[in-house]
Amino acid sequence: MSDYGSSLDKAREDFFAEAQELIDGLGRDVLALDARLKQNAPAHELINDVFRGVHTLKGLTGLFGATLMLSVSHELEDVLDDLRLGRLALSPEVLDIVFGAVELYGKLLIAERGQAPEPTGEVRALLNALGNAGVQGADARASPIARYELDPALLGVLTEYEEHRLRAAIESGAHLFKLRVTFSLMSIDTALEDLKQRARTYGEIITYLPSASATSGDDIELEVILASPDSAVTVADALADLSVAVEEIARAQPLPAPPRMGSRLSPTSSLLPPFADLVAPQGIDAPRDSLGPPSLALGASLRSVSQTVRVDIRKLDNLMNIVGELAIVRTSLLEVVERLRLRAGQREIATDLQRLHRAFERHLAKMQGGILEVRMVPLGQAFEKLARIVRQLSREHDKEVNLVVTGAETEIDKLIVEELSDPLMHMIRNSIDHAIESPHERARVGKPAAGTIVVNAYQKGNQVVIEVEDDGRGIDEDRVVASALRLGMITHDEARDLPRRDILSLLFRPGLTTRDAAGDTSGRGVGMDVVKTNIAKLGGIIDVSGESGIGTKITITMPITLAIIRVLMVSVAGRIYAVPLPAIEEAIAFDERLVRAYDGREVLTQRGATLPICRLRKLFGHDAAPALPTEPRGRAGFVVIASVGGRRAGFVVDKLLAHQDIVIKSLGKTLRGVRGFAGAAELGDQRVGLVVDMAQLIDDALDYSGVHHQPAGALS
Amino acid sequence: MSAAELTCLVVEDSPMMRQLLVFALARIKNLRVVEADDGFDGLRKLAAQKFDIIVTDINMPIMDGLKLVKRVRSDPAHQDTPIVIITTEGAKEDRQRALALGANAYITKPIQAPQVIAQVKLLLKLDA
Repeated sequence: MSDYGSSLDKAREDFFAEAQELIDGLGRDVLALDARLKQNAPAHELINDVFRGVHTLKGLTGLFGATLMLSVSHELEDVLDDLRLGRLALSPEVLDIVFGAVELYGKLLIAERGQAPEPTGEVRALLNALGNAGVQGADARASPIARYELDPALLGVLTEYEEHRLRAAIESGAHLFKLRVTFSLMSIDTALEDLKQRARTYGEIITYLPSASATSGDDIELEVILASPDSAVTVADALADLSVAVEEIARAQPLPAPPRMGSRLSPTSSLLPPFADLVAPQGIDAPRDSLGPPSLALGASLRSVSQTVRVDIRKLDNLMNIVGELAIVRTSLLEVVERLRLRAGQREIATDLQRLHRAFERHLAKMQGGILEVRMVPLGQAFEKLARIVRQLSREHDKEVNLVVTGAETEIDKLIVEELSDPLMHMIRNSIDHAIESPHERARVGKPAAGTIVVNAYQKGNQVVIEVEDDGRGIDEDRVVASALRLGMITHDEARDLPRRDILSLLFRPGLTTRDAAGDTSGRGVGMDVVKTNIAKLGGIIDVSGESGIGTKITITMPITLAIIRVLMVSVAGRIYAVPLPAIEEAIAFDERLVRAYDGREVLTQRGATLPICRLRKLFGHDAAPALPTEPRGRAGFVVIASVGGRRAGFVVDKLLAHQDIVIKSLGKTLRGVRGFAGAAELGDQRVGLVVDMAQLIDDALDYSGVHHQPAGALS
Repeated sequence: MSAAELTCLVVEDSPMMRQLLVFALARIKNLRVVEADDGFDGLRKLAAQKFDIIVTDINMPIMDGLKLVKRVRSDPAHQDTPIVIITTEGAKEDRQRALALGANAYITKPIQAPQVIAQVKLLLKLDA
C-alpha cells in the first residue's frame, strides 16, 4: 500500500471540506432558527436539520480523532435531541449556546488544521453551558397517539423524532390523514419534496413509508401521514392534481377536552408500551400554522437534492492558466495568418485559417467564461457570518442592531469571498462597538432605539461594490485630527486645512483610534489599516464617508475576479506595462504646455477639474531613456486617467498599444515587496509585461500626508 | 472462501462517511460495494439487483434507515438479506426500533474500520 499515506491525506482534506460545509450549513440553519424564534414561527424542521448536521459532524470528527470537536458535538447533540423531541423549549438563551457552538466549530476546525492553537478554554466554557442547558428531569407522560386508529406496523417505523412530531400534532388538535401516492422511483426525491412543499401550507407531513404492497417495476407507493387542522375535503382539494388518495384516520375514542399546548396533564391510556415512556412536548410550536418564509425550507431541500461537486480552487487556477497559454497560442496563430496572407498564392489558405482562428477564439472565450463562472460564488457566503456576529455583539453590548443585507446574490470570485470575510467582520465590529449608540443614547438624540447596519452589494462593470453603512454617531473629525496630531501623523499646519476626505482617510493609518479606552471588541488602534491592507492585496480599495451624528458609510470596491483581467497595454520608454481596464476612465493626448504646478505637484485642468498627474517615465526610473519626439503643438504621449474608489489621477505614458485579456501571475517571493505592481503577465509574443496596481499608484500620487511612502517601484 | 463475487449496498448520506465505509469494505476480498445516498436511492439500487448484505445509516434526510429496513424486510426479493445499521451511541431508541424491524446488527459511530469489516464478514459467514 504505497499510496496509503497519500490517500489518508486526501481523506483528511475531504474531512476538512465536508466538516466546513456542515459548519456553514449549521450557521445558516441556526440563523434561520433565530428568525423563526423571533417571529414565533414553527421551527421543528430547522431544529431537526441542525440536529442532523451536528450528528453527521460528530460521526466525522470521531473518525478523525478530533477530540475537542467530538466532545462539543456530543454535548450539543444531546441538547439538540432534547430540543427536537420537545424535552427542552427553544429559548434565546439556548440558541445563544448553539450559536456559540457553531462559532467554536469554525475555530476548532482551524485549530485541527494546525493553523491556530486549540481554544481549550472556550471549549470548556461551552461544554459547561451545554451541560447546564440539558434537561434536568424528564417529564414523562402517557402517549396521546392511542387516540387514533393508526396501523401498528406504521407506528413501528416511526423514528423517535417522528413519533414526537405526531404526538405534538395530536395534542394541538390536528386531524390525521393517510395519503396514498405513487411516485416513480427515479424521481421520488423531487416529487416528494414537491409534495412536502405543497402540504406545508395545510399541515405537517409526519412520516412517509414505502407501502408494503408490491409495487410494479419502477414505481413506488408511499403512505404519507399528514397532520392538519383542516378538513379532509380541504386537504383533498389542495392536493387534487397530484392524484393522491386522502383518507382521514379515525379517532379510536371520543376526544377528551382538547388539551392545551404545554399542559402537563394529559391522561390517556397507552397502547404502545415501548414508546409510551417517552416524554411529551412542551412549549414547542404547533404545526398548525406553517406560514414561515418558505424560501428557507426550499433552499434546504434544494441543497439536499442538488448535484454538486467540490473542486479545489487550485485546479480551477490551473485550468485558467491553460486558457492563458491557449490565448497565447491564439495570438501567435494570428501572426502566422498575417504572414501567410502576404504571400502570393496563399490567400485562400490564409482565409480558411483565419476562419478557424475566429472559431478558436470564440470557443476559447466561452471556455474562459465557463471557468470564471465556476469560480463565482454569491457574496452571501461572506454575509452569513456577519449576521451571527451582529447578533452576538449586539447582545454583548446591550445594543439593538438590525442587519439589513441586500445584494447577497452578487457574484464574486471564490477566493475574494474568503478573503472578504475578515475585513467585513471587522467593519461590523467597529460599527457596533463604536458607532451604534446605546438604545438610551439613541432615544435622547431622537433616533429609533434599534440601530441599523445596512450591507449592500452590487456589481458595477467589472467590479463589485460593497457598502457597509450604519446609522450610528458617525465619525468625529475633530477627534480624528486630534488623534493624528498626537501620534505625529500630521503637523499642525497640515491639520489646519486638511480636506474632509483626507481626514477620513487618516482612519486607515496604522495606530489611529478615536477611542479613549480600548473597547472589548475593537478600538485598540489596529484594525482599519489592516482592513485596508487586506482589501488592497485583493486589488480593491476602501473608502469612508459619513456625517458626524448621522452615520458612517464604508465602501469597498473589489475586482470581480483575480484570475483574469482586461488590460490596456501601454508603453513607457520602450517597455510594456499593463493597466487594468476597470481602473481606467479615459485616455487623452498629453500636452506638455497645459501642465501647471500646484502644491508642489504637476496637475492638468481637465473639464474644469484639477487632475494630478504622474509621469511614469520618471516614477519607473526611465528618465535616461531618449525623450519622445515632441509633436509640433507640444503634444507628446498620452495621459491615462485612472480612478479607483472615487480617487482620480492621470498617468503619462508614451504610447497606447492595445486591449488584451491577461492571466495575472504573482511576481514571486523576492519581488513581492515592490510597490505599484500587481503582478506580471505573458503578452503572447514571449515577452512579459508588468501589471500596474492602480490603487497603489493613485494612493502614492495623491498622498497628502506628512509621512512619505517609499516611491512606487522601490523595494520596501 | 467462495470465488463468486459478493455484493454490498452501502446507504449513507454523508459522502465522507460513505467513502470511509467503502474504503473499509474494500478490504474484504471479492466484495463489490454499491453506494446509495439515502433510503430511496437504496431502494432504487435494490430494485435493480440483489445484494448479499446491506449497510445503512439510520439518520438520513429524505428517507431514513428505519423505513428502508422495514421495506427490505417486507419485500420477498430481499427479506433475507442481512442488514447492518449504523447509529450513534445516543440514539438507543431508534436503534432498538431498527433491530425490532429486522436489522441484524448495528455499528455505532464513530465507526472503526476493523469493526465494520468484522461485522460484515460475520454476517456473510466469511472467515474472520
